Amino acid sequence: MDLAGLLAFNVVTGIATLVLITLGLGVIYGMMRIINLAHGEFMMLGAYTAVMASGAGVNIWVAMLVLPPLVVGLIGLVLERTVIRFLYGRMMDTMLATWGVSLGLIGLVTTLYGNVVRGVSTPVGSFDIGRYGASLYSLVIVAAALAALVGMFLLLRLTKFGLILRATMQNPRMAAALGVAPNRIYMATFALGAALAGLAGGVLAPISGVSPAMGAAYIARAFITVLGGGPAIITGTGLASGLFGTINELVSFKTTPVIGDVALLAAAILLIRVLPQGITGRYLRRSL
Amino acid sequence: MTQGGWSRRQALRLGLSAAAGTVAMPFVARNGLAAEPIKLGSLLDGSGALGLEGKRMIETTEYAVELLNKAGGLIGRPIQLVAYDTQSTMQLYTQYAQQLALKDKVDVIQGGITSASREAIRPIFGRSKTLYFYNTQYEGGVCDRNVFCTGSTPAQTVNHIVDYGLKNWGKKAYIIAADYNYGHITASWMTKFMKDGGGSVAGTDFFPLDVTNFSSAISRIQQAQPELVLSALVGANHSGFYRQWDAAGMKAKIPLASSVFGLGDELTTMDTSTTNGIITCYGWYNDLDTPASKAFVSGMQAKFGADVTDLSELCTATYEGIMFWAEAVKKAGSVERDKVVAALETGITIDSPTGKVTMDPGTHHTIRNTYLARPKDRKWEILATFPNSFPADTGGACDLVKNPRMNKQFTPDMKG
Amino acid sequence: MTPSRPSPAVGLSLLGFLATLALGLAILFGAPRTLDTFGLVQCTGFAALAMFGLSQGFVWGFAGVMSFGQAAFLGLGGYAYAVSVINLGDSTLPVLIAIVVPMLFAGLLGYFMFYGRISDAYIGVITLTVSVILFQLVNATSGSQYRIGAAELGGFNGIPAIPALNLPGHPDEPLDNDGLWYAAMGALVLAYVLLRAVLASRFGRVVVAIRENETRAQLIGYDPRLYKLLAFMIAAGVAGLAGCLYANWGGFISPTVFGLSMSAQVIIYVLVGGLGTLVGPMLGAVLIQWLIIAAGSQTVVDSNLGLGLVLVGFVLLVPQGLVPVVRGLLLRLIERRTPSRPAPEAGGALATERAR
Repeated sequence: MDLAGLLAFNVVTGIATLVLITLGLGVIYGMMRIINLAHGEFMMLGAYTAVMASGAGVNIWVAMLVLPPLVVGLIGLVLERTVIRFLYGRMMDTMLATWGVSLGLIGLVTTLYGNVVRGVSTPVGSFDIGRYGASLYSLVIVAAALAALVGMFLLLRLTKFGLILRATMQNPRMAAALGVAPNRIYMATFALGAALAGLAGGVLAPISGVSPAMGAAYIARAFITVLGGGPAIITGTGLASGLFGTINELVSFKTTPVIGDVALLAAAILLIRVLPQGITGRYLRRSL
Repeated sequence: MTQGGWSRRQALRLGLSAAAGTVAMPFVARNGLAAEPIKLGSLLDGSGALGLEGKRMIETTEYAVELLNKAGGLIGRPIQLVAYDTQSTMQLYTQYAQQLALKDKVDVIQGGITSASREAIRPIFGRSKTLYFYNTQYEGGVCDRNVFCTGSTPAQTVNHIVDYGLKNWGKKAYIIAADYNYGHITASWMTKFMKDGGGSVAGTDFFPLDVTNFSSAISRIQQAQPELVLSALVGANHSGFYRQWDAAGMKAKIPLASSVFGLGDELTTMDTSTTNGIITCYGWYNDLDTPASKAFVSGMQAKFGADVTDLSELCTATYEGIMFWAEAVKKAGSVERDKVVAALETGITIDSPTGKVTMDPGTHHTIRNTYLARPKDRKWEILATFPNSFPADTGGACDLVKNPRMNKQFTPDMKG
Repeated sequence: MTPSRPSPAVGLSLLGFLATLALGLAILFGAPRTLDTFGLVQCTGFAALAMFGLSQGFVWGFAGVMSFGQAAFLGLGGYAYAVSVINLGDSTLPVLIAIVVPMLFAGLLGYFMFYGRISDAYIGVITLTVSVILFQLVNATSGSQYRIGAAELGGFNGIPAIPALNLPGHPDEPLDNDGLWYAAMGALVLAYVLLRAVLASRFGRVVVAIRENETRAQLIGYDPRLYKLLAFMIAAGVAGLAGCLYANWGGFISPTVFGLSMSAQVIIYVLVGGLGTLVGPMLGAVLIQWLIIAAGSQTVVDSNLGLGLVLVGFVLLVPQGLVPVVRGLLLRLIERRTPSRPAPEAGGALATERAR
């Protein structure tokens, strides 16, 4: 029974991790139809922010949870203004440009800080599930993922900004006619997506090696989960993460992490073949 | 940079070669331009997943070449370093290996970090008949007349960590290793040494070098309930294992021993709670308290700054590789490959930071001291010394004096 | 395009083809006489990667299929060659296997995608994911239990000491550096000519028509799925041959050929050289590869930074790539003499471009 408890705990953690790494990408893709291939590097920047800040003596929680989204959100804003905004409506070109941004960021960070793997230590201890030990930090990841999901939901549902955001997403011309500047909304959305990626990087920094190329490890998983989730950002991300996260953790435990990853990706490709619009393209279409 | 033999391209090249150029300058200034330089090629990863280890090895190479040039070069000629950064990519290893052998036509090559990179470039140098030194602690067994290995091998190191585990911790081990030839062969050695010592192996898992999340692995280990864990995890991404192991509270429950931990900057970047007590065994530790060892550390710090506190066996092995070659060139009075190999096969001994080291003629591996140590508050606490260890893993089957044409890599015989 | 009266663009296109062919042949026979061994070996590697660029240039520029995982076919070709030549000895059949295996794989994957009516962006992500899956699987085959016949797959380490090509029937006499160059560059010229022929054929015109307007082509009675699938398979075969040459070049292959950076590089080749041309991707491959090697010799700036800036710069400023820009300039010169025709517009990356 202890083992089942541990396994369930791992599954929940896996799902939460997937939610964290996917949400920022989902926001940008869902709202703007831009596949942001620099997403992994935004996470990397978030992780670097956390490492640098905690190294400079900033409180570890502030360094992990507050600074990364702010810093990366700002970087996202700058990139939107300087690169992305010239490419709206040209999906392939934005993919290419963000890929270029991704390579450029890897190169920039390597040049500045060297290709060195850094780490922050986990700020909390461990606890026991029966006779098995588990990291308490996993609970922090779960909490952060929940907070991000709920926060996004509240933002979209209850605030005026959320309303305008959804309106612009559905019909930018109509929104513009009603006095909204779609460009501003896109700018804010891109920055928001980047900030979420930064948060993911900050939260995951303590459990992964922080290096310039770390983003590549997440990118395929994040994409395929977004596409699997479909157009409804929050429900889709949640459902797809739940499905793929479970598959990944269970297969990993039974075999190896590699086969677990492969199972996740293969399952996602099959899902997209069956539901080309993703889960929420077919079901729960009215959800957020 | 106007000295003859320097092409425009080399002159334009920034970084390493430029540094090497300035290294060679004082010598040239003193002795004029009479002698054509001997070319020493270096292939190491200055960046990428292995950049951390590689950077120090590159610095050691520069340091050793500088020492030789300050002492007047070799057989009256200065040494010119031709170095390429392979950036932890196999493609660049192939590319630059061909460049060193065919274009730069260097006299000797020192380099390669992972066993994968060694196996990629070894055939190239075999074909071009360029002498090759592989200076990394590795899984042992390479038997090739053109290749000399100065790093320690499992029979000199891994057996000691396994013995320590069997004596102090228990008989049931779980092995986790990197998923490439180093990890697989080292895991076989661990298994063999465990069984030879009357222990058992509860399970073995391999992880590709890009794996960073070990939560499922930690669950599996707990399920198997071993009394100790033997790790041959390699590289930056795998360092996450030690953090996650600590975070899951496992350090207090199951002790760890590793065949590669601490060769990078683990001691300076990880928490002491994560690193303390992990048992390792290498040919050298930077906290080794001998005059030669201290001189090496202070020499490196004088050249590259006081923050050079993460030197490891990889650095001293690189140093030894260059010094063995230099001794042999002096002895042979030539840089021709066959003469240098013959000189190396006379059983040359050098004084190195690690103590006296002898090149074993039969295996082209070193007979050396090894040390057992564990991290304690960012320092190495040395627990035992094993003097003059013979590379028995390679030595059982490989005799290049008798069979100079032999060219293969021996792996542990699991039937025994 | 009115076939009765050839436009300057068509005339220039034919001229371009002949010029490229002449240049290719000149390089093929000239290089061994002018370059040293190392230069020739280097150029052999360039030829292999130019072939890879050709494959991406064809499938993306002419069939409009955005494959973000073309490296999957490069890797399959390389591994198929390595495994079969180690087992068979003679290299003739392995070369064919290196072409056929990726084509069959592309057939399966393409059937899955095109007949599933998966949209363009999703095709990009699926091909990318498939190449990641292949990378991870091949990367995890380190143990000696993973072998096909006499060939150990070697996982992360890859397969070293792959026998080089030989003349059919003489497995004991592998080609030397000169021979490998003739094989690689000859294959490149041949592949270029064949792809031009494919594009000039009825099939090629339909493929381009579908890229231009899928719905219209469908209404006329063509099945876009079938044509896209076939074009995808042809490109995979070309990439497979590139993989075979690549494995020959170093005598070595490892899972990095499946990696994201390989797929990224080939996209950069095409983008820099010129989308919608066949010459462009080849020139782009040589240019970028040369830059990467040059950058590897210095340690001040990471080469990724340069690649990234090149990519962003080209997307923003020169989305049509170098070759079309040069051709546009040439056309404008001709236009000046015959002012009745409007100059072709230089559009976005996937904007209207005539088949060449």
